[in-house]
Amino acid sequence: MNSYHADERGYYGEFGGAFIPEMLYPNCEELRQNYLSIMEEPSFKDEFHQLLKDYVGRPTPLYFAKRLSEKYNTKIYLKREDLCHTGAHKVNNTIGQILMAKKLGKHRIIAETGAGQHGVATATVCALMGIECVVYMGEIDIARQAPNVARMKMLGAEVRPATSGSKTLKDATNEAIRDWINNPVDTHYIIGSVVGPHPYPDMVARFQSVISEEIKGQLLEKEGRQNPDYVVACVGGGSNAAGAFYHYLDVPEVGIIAVEAAGKGIDSGESAATSALGKVGIIHGSKTLLMQTQDGQITEPYSISAGLDYPGVGPMHAHLYTSGRGEFISITDDDAMKAGLELCKLEGIIPAIESSHALAIFEDRKFQPEDVVVVNLSGRGDKDLQNYIDYFKL
Amino acid sequence: MNRIKQKLKEDKKILSIYFSAGYPNLEDTVQIIQELEKNGVDLIEIGLPFSDPLADGPTIQESSTIALKNGMNTALLFQQLRDIRKSVSIPLILMGYFNPVLQYGVAEFCAKCEEIGIDGLILPDLPLDVYKQEYETIFKKHGLINVFLITPQTSDERINAIDKASDGFIYMVSSASTTGAKQGFGIEQSDYFERIAQMDLDNPQIVGFGISNSETFEQATQKAKGAIIGSAFIKHLTANGVHGIADFVSQIR
Repeated sequence: MNSYHADERGYYGEFGGAFIPEMLYPNCEELRQNYLSIMEEPSFKDEFHQLLKDYVGRPTPLYFAKRLSEKYNTKIYLKREDLCHTGAHKVNNTIGQILMAKKLGKHRIIAETGAGQHGVATATVCALMGIECVVYMGEIDIARQAPNVARMKMLGAEVRPATSGSKTLKDATNEAIRDWINNPVDTHYIIGSVVGPHPYPDMVARFQSVISEEIKGQLLEKEGRQNPDYVVACVGGGSNAAGAFYHYLDVPEVGIIAVEAAGKGIDSGESAATSALGKVGIIHGSKTLLMQTQDGQITEPYSISAGLDYPGVGPMHAHLYTSGRGEFISITDDDAMKAGLELCKLEGIIPAIESSHALAIFEDRKFQPEDVVVVNLSGRGDKDLQNYIDYFKL
Repeated sequence: MNRIKQKLKEDKKILSIYFSAGYPNLEDTVQIIQELEKNGVDLIEIGLPFSDPLADGPTIQESSTIALKNGMNTALLFQQLRDIRKSVSIPLILMGYFNPVLQYGVAEFCAKCEEIGIDGLILPDLPLDVYKQEYETIFKKHGLINVFLITPQTSDERINAIDKASDGFIYMVSSASTTGAKQGFGIEQSDYFERIAQMDLDNPQIVGFGISNSETFEQATQKAKGAIIGSAFIKHLTANGVHGIADFVSQIR
């Protein structure tokens, strides 16, 4: 029984696969044939875990949020991915992929980024390894995320504007894919989420699975059991959620709660709640749920949180949704912002707006007092300060 | 017999032209097809515009975006083409990305193609294994030839598998690039053209990507059966409109 993980062809139920033009086939095939065996190599594992420990700062704490728990009358633990180097879980994946790229003999890295978190995490590991780095970012995102653009430049990356389409994350992803088509031999593409053609969703989920691996051990220490009653995470593409759910996917007694961005409301026309608004289709080489017109043109999502602003979800999450294994909740901008501020006041932690979406479920979704609920606090709120300032008129 | 196969039997080099349906103007589709046939083009690839054309360079992206803004969609294209066989006999291929086809319904899409008189499809992001498992019988039932791509990076083993799955021609991408990206051919291309010629494949090859004028058309068709021009034709349409088509084609051969 392994039904919620990818099968050997990269399918989660009917979702996943590799819907790619032939130009990408050799690169994806090289990766597909090698990623599992490379990840099993002792030298790879040693270096990966060493860097996660000494460079990223893992394990990240599993923190019992006492005052938040009192307020909602249940036991809430926060998995502190916000304490990772660079400020979010994204770096778990970029460390893994840069080591993968080295094993494959690649000496040029490309990446896409929306708000800039994955771009910064990629630029960081490229600096660490002394490898050339090009990050594609939508022209509109470059304008509204200036601090992260500066960070990437300081770290030695070249930031190239994506000027096609809607000039945001999906277009930056298109540009990165086009770059890969034009540079098929020496370049590795570090995708930042559990999206894209097989083997990316599975590979990225495996690199992020360190999150739930740690939760199991830490919870055993604190609660005397490895399994929480629920694990909660926000989903844009879904990499932090994939990592937090990973070791619980096939443990039916653990409830899985995925939180999407409703934006200004599911029916407002300005939303990123893919499970509610999406249909089965192909985006960036993967068959999954995505937001699109009746004619199959991909539409532009909206969320106050740039990290949740993606018109699809990873195929793992599409399968969790349609199979009923996962409970999907969508949270509006307003409720997320309120929950973010609440965490500041109750626990002294400023969360990323993405993570605030996961925290916002407690207002309506009630749990039993004895339930153990782990929320993946995927990132810190420093990058969102301007948003918080504007929203709360601070 | 399928019009593509018929055409490939002729003892001549095939000139195939690609354009994005709905560009430059929404209603240009039929006239572009008629003009291309009148001026001696052998094969036409009608591009179904897509919001996220990830194998295409700036020229085709731009034409695709404008076509969508003009209001082009799959149902409208079928409507524009409904009487096309009353005026032209040239082989017609629809080329696009797989998602719009999936949303229309693959079976319905293929049935509509047959009804109109479309001869083949090129869907670069519909992979070989998925095609064979799920869609080959539907395509064949409606008499549609599915055209696969190969690139300089495609292994001999895979080229042979693609040759076996093909029943018309193979779309030979000239270099590792998106459409319209490279100018002219170098030693890498001539080696690649030679390598493929040596493989003695069952299906003839038509070269695409990087062909923009008579010189590159000549080079591309020295070994291969024909060549496809896309971006260069669209640029010409942008500058000269539908009435410039005769000039464009006469410059190629």
